[in-house]
Amino acid sequence: MAQIQTSAAFPSPRERRPAKAAVVVRNGLLRIVLLIQALAVAYPLLWNVMASFKTNEEVMENPWTLPKSLQWDNYVRAFTTAKIGDYMLNSVLVVVLSMIMLIIMAVPTAYVLGRMRFRGQKLISNLYMAGLFIGGVYIIVPLFILMNDLHMLDNRFWLSAVYATGTLSFSIYLLTGFMKSIPADFEEAAMIDGCGYFSTLFRIIMPMVRPGIITMVVFSFFDFWNEYVLAMTLVTSDAKKTIPIGLSNLMQIQQFATDWGSLFAGLVIVLVPTVVIYTLLQKKLTEGLMLGGVKG
Amino acid sequence: MTLKTRRLLFMAVCLVPGLAMFILFKLYPTIQVFYKSFFLWTGIGDKPKFIGFKNFVDMFRDDAFLLSLRNTGFLMVIVPVITLLIALVNASILTRTKLKERGLYRTLFFFPSILSFVVIAILWSFIYHPTIGFLNSGLELSGLGQYAMPWLGDSRTVLWALAVTMIWQAAGYYMVIYMAGIDGISPDLYEAASIDGATPLKQFIHITIPMLWEIIRITIIFSINGVLSISFVIVTIMTAGGPDRHSEVVMTYLYQQAFTNSNFGYAMAIGVFVFAFSVILSLISNKLTERGSY
Repeated sequence: MAQIQTSAAFPSPRERRPAKAAVVVRNGLLRIVLLIQALAVAYPLLWNVMASFKTNEEVMENPWTLPKSLQWDNYVRAFTTAKIGDYMLNSVLVVVLSMIMLIIMAVPTAYVLGRMRFRGQKLISNLYMAGLFIGGVYIIVPLFILMNDLHMLDNRFWLSAVYATGTLSFSIYLLTGFMKSIPADFEEAAMIDGCGYFSTLFRIIMPMVRPGIITMVVFSFFDFWNEYVLAMTLVTSDAKKTIPIGLSNLMQIQQFATDWGSLFAGLVIVLVPTVVIYTLLQKKLTEGLMLGGVKG
Repeated sequence: MTLKTRRLLFMAVCLVPGLAMFILFKLYPTIQVFYKSFFLWTGIGDKPKFIGFKNFVDMFRDDAFLLSLRNTGFLMVIVPVITLLIALVNASILTRTKLKERGLYRTLFFFPSILSFVVIAILWSFIYHPTIGFLNSGLELSGLGQYAMPWLGDSRTVLWALAVTMIWQAAGYYMVIYMAGIDGISPDLYEAASIDGATPLKQFIHITIPMLWEIIRITIIFSINGVLSISFVIVTIMTAGGPDRHSEVVMTYLYQQAFTNSNFGYAMAIGVFVFAFSVILSLISNKLTERGSY
């Protein structure tokens, strides 16, 4: 009895909440809002995949129908006539080179800046921080002239070096945080065991900051794979161009040649590695976003 | 070798490669931009000639530049506001309602932000395409055929069309950041509010937004600067500044001045101006969003 009385005088939180029916209606409405947005995100991509299997006539005719038969030929032409494969190889080469250079530069730098005390430390840290605010297009003119003077233009190695330097600031910023979180005992123990500086870095520290390194690699992968402005400016010969440049050239050509099918096939070919990496590393990516704050 | 020299050697080996590259490819070009913006410099073979502030004065007599500045300003206001609003509302819906399919939406909405700008630009220029795009034919199918138009070819719609593309690209990215922020807000606050009878909308306005305020301030600045870099690719591929420069943005104009007209000095002056412009815009936004001023 007593219990019923109190609950009448002070309604429990559960009762004061909106009735169940209202919640169902509200969630239903919200679901519709989300579903419309999901369509707006997904349909352009689906449409692209559909168009990549259509004949030219079908593409021109109706954008809402499924292809009558799958035109795998579009993909063959994307590789043969449009040389998507060659551009892709260039991109893979540039991404791998950039990644190696980035790791060689960023990990030791972050280690020294994050875990050692020395004169000039603050200055170097601030220098890299300032680099976060200098984007690609601002400095493209002097960069182009510099590389022209040093004969570094039209060279995939130096393009990779510029890429690696471009994400260096963010990577050091990200990794330094990881480095600082390791207790100092680990190094002291390693030193006592006769571990030198280099083996401490490679054998003790690097395995411990592996999550940070993976986050850095994932973010940089997308930056390197998708980069457009620098690749367009610093590489001139067609045989060395990366995939974003290849695609935009292809688009210019196809507007006159009207081979829509192979252009859409080219877009799908470029999307595939991104989709694969995204599905494999989705969690790492969104976690990294929370760890590192915001990508520069 | 003493311990001290070993330590010094180690630090040098660690720091020098990064510093060397950073100085060569980042610091030196940055200094050059500021310094050479005071020079008349037309072409690689040409000797730069000091002309003081003339490049900066010329900018404000250059109608094409002023138009590109206006277009950029439009995008730098419209795109962040709408993008962040959508991101905030979606993040709040997905975290607060505990729908079962939230993970799916999160994955899907985030996806455009990892796509190449080039792919997005090509894709959207076909969506807007007058004959093969699905936007116009969709309007016709739903009986709104009179609204069908060449979206990228009309000076009244072109900037909005580009803005939609940029919003499509970025909204999911900021949504994920906000979701992380909302997950960090104590559930007790929401619990207490709903006991007091606050509706979800009231909770959004009085709990979510104030608690996320610092994150929102940072994302505004990132989004403003993001517009500068994505607008270059989007405009270059989708419209090439057309029709009749109505979608020209400062970055494409800078690029054109440098690499088409070989006006290196003038292009660098534009770079300096845009850099200052974005810093000032960020400071203004920071000031406007300071706690207590809203």
